[in-house]
Amino acid sequence: MSAGADVIRIEDLHRVYQMGEVEVRALDGISLSIAPGEFVAVMGPSGSGKSTFMNIVGCLDRPTSGRYFLDGVDVSKLGRDQRAEIRNGKIGFVFQSFNLLARTSALENVELPLIYSSNGHSAKDRVRKARECLETVGLAGREDHVPSQLSGGQQQRVAIARALINEPKLMLADEPTGNLDTKTSEEVMAVFQKLNDAGKTVVLITHEPDIAKYAKRIVVFRDGKLLEDRPVADRTRAEMKE
Amino acid sequence: MLKFLTILKVGMKAIARNKLRSTLTALGIIIGVACVIAMIAVGGGAQAAVQAQISSLGTNFLMIFPGVATQSGARIFTGQSTITEDDVAAVKSECPSVAYVTPSVRSAGQIIGGTGNWGTSVQGVGVEWPFVRSWNVERGAFFGDSEVRSAAKVAVLGSTVANALFPDGNAVDQMIRIKNIPFRVIGVLETKGGSTMGQDQDDTVIAPYTSVMKLLKRTTKIDMFMASAVSREAVNEAQNEIEALLRQRHRLQPGQDSDFMIRSQQEIAQTADQTSKQMSGLLAAIASISLLVGGIGIMNIMLVSVTERTREIGIRMAIGAKGRDILTQFLIEALSLSIAGGAIGIGLGIGTSRFLAWKQQWPIVLSPTAIVLAFGFSAAIGIFFGYYPAQKASRLDPIEALRYE
Repeated sequence: MSAGADVIRIEDLHRVYQMGEVEVRALDGISLSIAPGEFVAVMGPSGSGKSTFMNIVGCLDRPTSGRYFLDGVDVSKLGRDQRAEIRNGKIGFVFQSFNLLARTSALENVELPLIYSSNGHSAKDRVRKARECLETVGLAGREDHVPSQLSGGQQQRVAIARALINEPKLMLADEPTGNLDTKTSEEVMAVFQKLNDAGKTVVLITHEPDIAKYAKRIVVFRDGKLLEDRPVADRTRAEMKE
Repeated sequence: MLKFLTILKVGMKAIARNKLRSTLTALGIIIGVACVIAMIAVGGGAQAAVQAQISSLGTNFLMIFPGVATQSGARIFTGQSTITEDDVAAVKSECPSVAYVTPSVRSAGQIIGGTGNWGTSVQGVGVEWPFVRSWNVERGAFFGDSEVRSAAKVAVLGSTVANALFPDGNAVDQMIRIKNIPFRVIGVLETKGGSTMGQDQDDTVIAPYTSVMKLLKRTTKIDMFMASAVSREAVNEAQNEIEALLRQRHRLQPGQDSDFMIRSQQEIAQTADQTSKQMSGLLAAIASISLLVGGIGIMNIMLVSVTERTREIGIRMAIGAKGRDILTQFLIEALSLSIAGGAIGIGLGIGTSRFLAWKQQWPIVLSPTAIVLAFGFSAAIGIFFGYYPAQKASRLDPIEALRYE
């Protein structure tokens, strides 16, 4: 295992899209390592390649070339089903538009990854775990609410609880505050900071400098290349409210 | 297994969430299955009724008609009866596979007596006729040899005629007039019901064939004769024996066409049976088409559902659902719809059949095989028509699916 103890180790990653005659180099030789317990904000303007980066890091997509070790395992050449297993067991996704199942209770939404987990969980086990995760994100008592009965911030916290349930090695958040106002954004960032304090590795994709400042390290992409990689000097601490 | 059960639950919830749509989708299958079951029940009932009527004629039963010859390829009736009473007697004594014989002469006439006037057919037969036709006298007695020999003016009434002329039920020993010739009623036959062709078999009067020939038809020839084989299995043998004997008696050369024709009840039964089988096959085929249309309805809705739920599929895939899991989920949804539709359809089909039996007095036969088959078929339709949409869902790219609005 050349990747050692890093959660993410990326070596010379390329992703090329063929758009008709034109080749688009969305990622053009990225190398990056993220150690356990880090809180990294990936920044960059639109078209910088950060979404492609997030898709590959999230094992939704495969690189054209280069290597990607997740938790010490080379996942850059895995097939569809194997990547689904990796996503289920090692990655917790949080999306900009929450992506909760409509007309499905918060509890059931949080349970969802366990259904597809290869190590079977009994229904009782799933409910217990889902309750724990909802409690972690400060939503105890809202188990039976459906997404339409919850505010944006609450919905995003349900999504975070869902990402947590399989105890992933990596939390991957794609513009998690993009659909939220400033105050609610702070609430959500507070949850991420709390999780990171507890030892979770968090990768946050954002284009807002204010949001990036909640992280410990900022990586900036431009035109598919790594432009900047620096620690956050004046880190913002968010207050967790109930 | 645990995973499968959970996915099953997920599929069920999706169905429950779209109650109206699920019901309408299942309705196609419900109607289809109900149609198949009701049609097969009606068809089977008709078939059973035909078979019952045929066996009521007596299954060992042969009819020997005279005078059919082929001329220049056309089969014609010569009008000249070639069968004699002696032929009948010879068949009785010389054919070991023949149990009973009776000559038959038919006439039609107006019967006057009791309360009225009744036009019907008069059959002149021999003393063994009740055994040949397995048709017994209910009240009174059948005539015997002496009445036949003396061409006695005695008659046995079919139950329809007896009821029409003597509604009080005291027909025996009454006098009736057939074509103005007085006959004494000596018996009434048991009720036999309609025949294969729909005629009322009980609308008849039976008299000694000698009486009918001499008094009513003024002829010396019998129309035909009937024979019964010693057993059901011996029918073919009896047929061969009669044919050989009559050819010999009529001095026919080998290769020459027979001047008579033998029809067995089995032949008639086979024809009738085949007709009713074709009928029920046709009914079932039409019903199957509605089942097929129901299946297409399921496919249609599942395709819409997959498109509509692209984002849901994307979410499920992003958090770790494999293609197989998505395939299973959608297949379960299609299958549940078709199985639920099938189950309800079976109930509706049985109900419809019972209703028809009660309201229209149609004979119905609910065959368990047809029910199991219709159910299995509806499940198969669920899988067949659900597979394509489910596969389409399972092949979605999670990135594209998540971006879908």
